[in-house]
Amino acid sequence: MNRSAPSIPRARRETDLVMEATGLVKRYGHVTALAGTSLALRPGEILAVIGDNGAGKSTLIKCLSGAVVPDSGEIRVDGKVVDFAGPLDARRVGIETVHQHLAVAPSLDIASNLFLGRERRRPGLPGTLLRMLDKKGMQADAQVHLNRLGIMTIQNPRQIVETLSGGQRQAIAVARAAVFGSRIVIMDEPTAALGVRESNAVLDLVERIRDEGLSVILISHSMPHVFKVADRIQIQRLGRDVCVVKPSETTMTDAVAIMTGATASPAYADAQTGA
Amino acid sequence: MTNAIVVADDVGTAPRGRSWTETVRRLLHSNETLGPSAVLLLAVITFSIIAPHFGEAANVSLILQQTAVIGALAVGQTLIILTAGIDLSVGGIMVLSSIMMAYLSVSHGVPAALALVIGFVIGTACGLVNGLLVTFLKLPSFITTLGTWNVFFALNLYVSKSRTIIGLDPLLTLPGSTFTVFGTTVTLGSVIMLGLFVVVAYLLQMTQFGRHVYAVGGAEEASRLSGIRVRRLVLSVYALAGFIFAIGAWIQMGRLASASPQIGTTYNLDSITAVVIGGTSLAGGRGRILGTLVGALVVAVFRNGLALARVDVLWQNFAVGVLIIVAVGIDQWIRKVKS
Repeated sequence: MNRSAPSIPRARRETDLVMEATGLVKRYGHVTALAGTSLALRPGEILAVIGDNGAGKSTLIKCLSGAVVPDSGEIRVDGKVVDFAGPLDARRVGIETVHQHLAVAPSLDIASNLFLGRERRRPGLPGTLLRMLDKKGMQADAQVHLNRLGIMTIQNPRQIVETLSGGQRQAIAVARAAVFGSRIVIMDEPTAALGVRESNAVLDLVERIRDEGLSVILISHSMPHVFKVADRIQIQRLGRDVCVVKPSETTMTDAVAIMTGATASPAYADAQTGA
Repeated sequence: MTNAIVVADDVGTAPRGRSWTETVRRLLHSNETLGPSAVLLLAVITFSIIAPHFGEAANVSLILQQTAVIGALAVGQTLIILTAGIDLSVGGIMVLSSIMMAYLSVSHGVPAALALVIGFVIGTACGLVNGLLVTFLKLPSFITTLGTWNVFFALNLYVSKSRTIIGLDPLLTLPGSTFTVFGTTVTLGSVIMLGLFVVVAYLLQMTQFGRHVYAVGGAEEASRLSGIRVRRLVLSVYALAGFIFAIGAWIQMGRLASASPQIGTTYNLDSITAVVIGGTSLAGGRGRILGTLVGALVVAVFRNGLALARVDVLWQNFAVGVLIIVAVGIDQWIRKVKS
């Protein structure tokens, strides 16, 4: 299989869904983590998923990124049903995931981290016979990508990741997803471990990824972050998707009320299908 | 070559207010072979003064021979420690491989070349057993290899009936053959050992395999999520290390011109000491194979120098024990470097 080239063409119209999940169920023993969750992701949007602890956010993300196989339910990418047996399957159709904990290898340099698991070898005999890595090429490409994504604070792609700040490391993880994700980037709490300035830098990066035409699913506990960047917000509660709201049409207080079950699902629910 | 990806440009631009301890720490952090090289230099100078005959050509040649075995074993040990594991069965694998080679060749008339190959296969298989226990049963490498060390050592005593095997085929003692370079006698074993360093340095620095060894050792979960098949990688590391330990067994037979079932007890500590002094972190994911070569030289120089200074063997072990604790302590301190 060719890893780099997704087999599914890009969605053409705005109304086509990039990803659609219906009736996802996942149980761990007696615990039902997902009790029939659906999700619809449009082209070039940031869809935030919020919910209290135990609402099933992480399990949902794991199903969509191939890390967990749901017990039942269906996932479609560009209208075609997909069956992810592992994270690599999701990658092959252009889905990249930034996991909650800083998913970088601290002892490697920035370029090596960007290309981790996808290293390129030199052309010709050095690459085929001696399996020699194309270090220079990967470093040059890393520099290009970092510049394009506006990660200006990072000067040298040969810098060891261990010496970077938490925000810079997270930027590397996000950049990797942005560089290799050809359709969808999923982010699980990308700002959880970061300070204010670092969070803002990562959020800017998320918007830039969206502006490049990718669709983003963003999980976050931070309401201000969600309301700052999301185009739509899906609210999860007790393993189900309660409703989808727009940040421009709802307040943080309302969203939290729905999230915690203080308010029943409002009339915003139609935002999920129409508008 | 091995320093190719070390970034040192933050060292020169240190602000003036920084304390000298922090400067030293940064220097050691960005240049991993600097510390071990300093220790080696210090050891050589010290022993040149206190130990008679230390600096003579014959003794230098002896140190190189002693380094050949420790160095070869330490190459395999480095690979395993880089994946955040440890191998305490090094001596067991080595001694079992060498006894099997000698036993098959001498007692059963198996052609020496075949016996040699079988010995390599046995070493690899022992490594594979360790790897399978560590990856698939998820046992801690420390306990696993402590157990397999006893198993391998017992098998070795059973096969050899606790007796040293002599009268080996010239092929089995080939690493003991010597030639002279600049008045110093060098054994083929030392050359084989250096060859191992070059090959493994290449693997670690220039190939995907090496990248993944560092990645898995430093952040296993992140590596798995990046699509690296972690278990397969770790398994291959243990198997490769087992093969390297068997090469160490061959070099050892060359040195002794026999296969002894009782050697190998100090090699666990010596190989780990070489790796740790060489600047490789026991936490995994950090270190350079070149440092291990320096570390192996340090261990050999310590043992040799103390012997020449007529220090009892028990104090040699004492010194190596202190050495490893100091090295681990320094490593802990270096890794706390601020960004």
